[in-house]
Amino acid sequence: MIEVKKLSKSYGPREAIRNLSFQIGKGEVVGFLGPNGAGKSTTMNILSCIMPASSGTAKICGLDVFEQALEIRRLIGYLPETPPLYSDMVVTDYLTFTARLRGVPSKKTPSAVGQVIGKCSLKNVENRIIGRLSKGYQQRVGIAQALIHDPDILILDEPTIGLDPIQIIEIRKLIQELASSHTIILSSHILPEITQICKRVIIINDGQIAAVDSLESLTTRLRKGERLLLKVRQNENEIIEKLLTLEKVATVTEQETTQFIIDCEPHAEIQDAVAKMALDNNWGIVELKPASMTLEDIFLKLTLEENEVKH
Amino acid sequence: MKNIWIVAKRDLGSSFNSPVFYCLTTVFLVLNGFIFVNILNFFSLQSFQVQQQRGANIGLNLNEMVIEPSLQNMAVILLLIIPLVTMRSFAEEKKSKTFALLLSSPIHLGEIIFGKFLACMIIIGLMIILSVYSIGYLIFVGQPEIGPIFTGYLGMFLMAGCYVSMGLFASSLTDNQIVAAATSFGLALLMWILGWATHAAGPELGQLLEYLALVTHLEPFLKGLINSSDLVYYFSFILFGLFLTHRVLESSRWR
Repeated sequence: MIEVKKLSKSYGPREAIRNLSFQIGKGEVVGFLGPNGAGKSTTMNILSCIMPASSGTAKICGLDVFEQALEIRRLIGYLPETPPLYSDMVVTDYLTFTARLRGVPSKKTPSAVGQVIGKCSLKNVENRIIGRLSKGYQQRVGIAQALIHDPDILILDEPTIGLDPIQIIEIRKLIQELASSHTIILSSHILPEITQICKRVIIINDGQIAAVDSLESLTTRLRKGERLLLKVRQNENEIIEKLLTLEKVATVTEQETTQFIIDCEPHAEIQDAVAKMALDNNWGIVELKPASMTLEDIFLKLTLEENEVKH
Repeated sequence: MKNIWIVAKRDLGSSFNSPVFYCLTTVFLVLNGFIFVNILNFFSLQSFQVQQQRGANIGLNLNEMVIEPSLQNMAVILLLIIPLVTMRSFAEEKKSKTFALLLSSPIHLGEIIFGKFLACMIIIGLMIILSVYSIGYLIFVGQPEIGPIFTGYLGMFLMAGCYVSMGLFASSLTDNQIVAAATSFGLALLMWILGWATHAAGPELGQLLEYLALVTHLEPFLKGLINSSDLVYYFSFILFGLFLTHRVLESSRWR
């Protein structure tokens, strides 16, 4: 359904994305994952025909995003990072306007507006001015706006950014409901969010694809090693050397003077050994816990892996 | 055509729902009325003097001495007001990121621009129509020639069209409304007074400058003449402004 080949875009001398290639099938829910500035929004802007790419092609339903932009815009609903809301308009007026703008015939407009109001649970705010709604409701209006012409494809750029935890859960639920009947691309820099909604993940880092994979294989791939955090009361020089003598320990890095990250082989279960060593040497354990991988670690790991393959 | 109206309708709704339109209309009507009353007072004083001196009952020309200067002054007030109407058009959409909505919709960029142009013209048209009471009053109390009044107003609309197209161009350049207003005011004033450089610029360039000045082409309309050359000038001026706007917006998508 969506076919992207060697897509590149540069803003002046700065390359936002480089040689991006991926495919998305009908009915898939795909997550774009990447740190801020990785090129997620740029890619989504190109796919929704807002800006042309510098080189490469992107096709949606066989139509080229540059040549047949008008036809494609009928097929996609787009929620930009900042929802495009006119803060002085009433919710229903705004949705009526977007419906007409997207080519919904005037006779069908009221029913289309009614439907998205129902889908996005906007019934109790439909007569209020958008600018006075809470951020969560504004985001819903933004999603309603993308849905109004019943598009096949939804492109949602960071749909949960800036919302409180309850609102995030609500929006997530809404997207999961929509997933059954639409092809959805959504971007985020929060890993758990993607894991809950998407079947497939495209990880972008520094304008390039770091990994395209299903979620299961990605998580198993990343669980290759385990990691412990050890914090002690006083630093003695030989801590790192001693820890390295333990079986199955791969690397030890000093974070602060009294804090160490221990990377070990999978299923190593070395907590006991580390604790015993600390007690025997009187380091004074303050903290010993499994350290979870942050998003940055995952990127680092993935990009490092890639480089290793190349060399 | 339908899409142009959809864009224009939203802009109009937003203008009528905000105090901007009412404030600008009030300012325009108050200034316009003040100037009209003063011109009229001066006129009645003069005709009184003329009657006393010559004794005979020859009235002065109402068209030449009241209506023409009133419309001329109105054009100057519009020069101040229109940048404030047009400044929002693109600058505000860009600032509040709503421009992405228009750009991701299945309509042409040209339709967006014409929609914005139409919305501004309707607002300014309303202002001009509301000001008709002043000159309309003269029709009841005096015997002005009706023809030049109509052509005068036609010239006023065309002239407003030029200001609007410059205003839209300025607004497309920036996402800051004040910058947009200042730029379009500067452009409009420059185009208005371009003829002042005629004498200094030498015969050929001077003629060109005089042709390009907005005010040169307004004079015949105020006198009751509709020259096709003036119509061509105004329409090409408007279209050129809108064309530049199109270029600016299109090129900003590539950057």
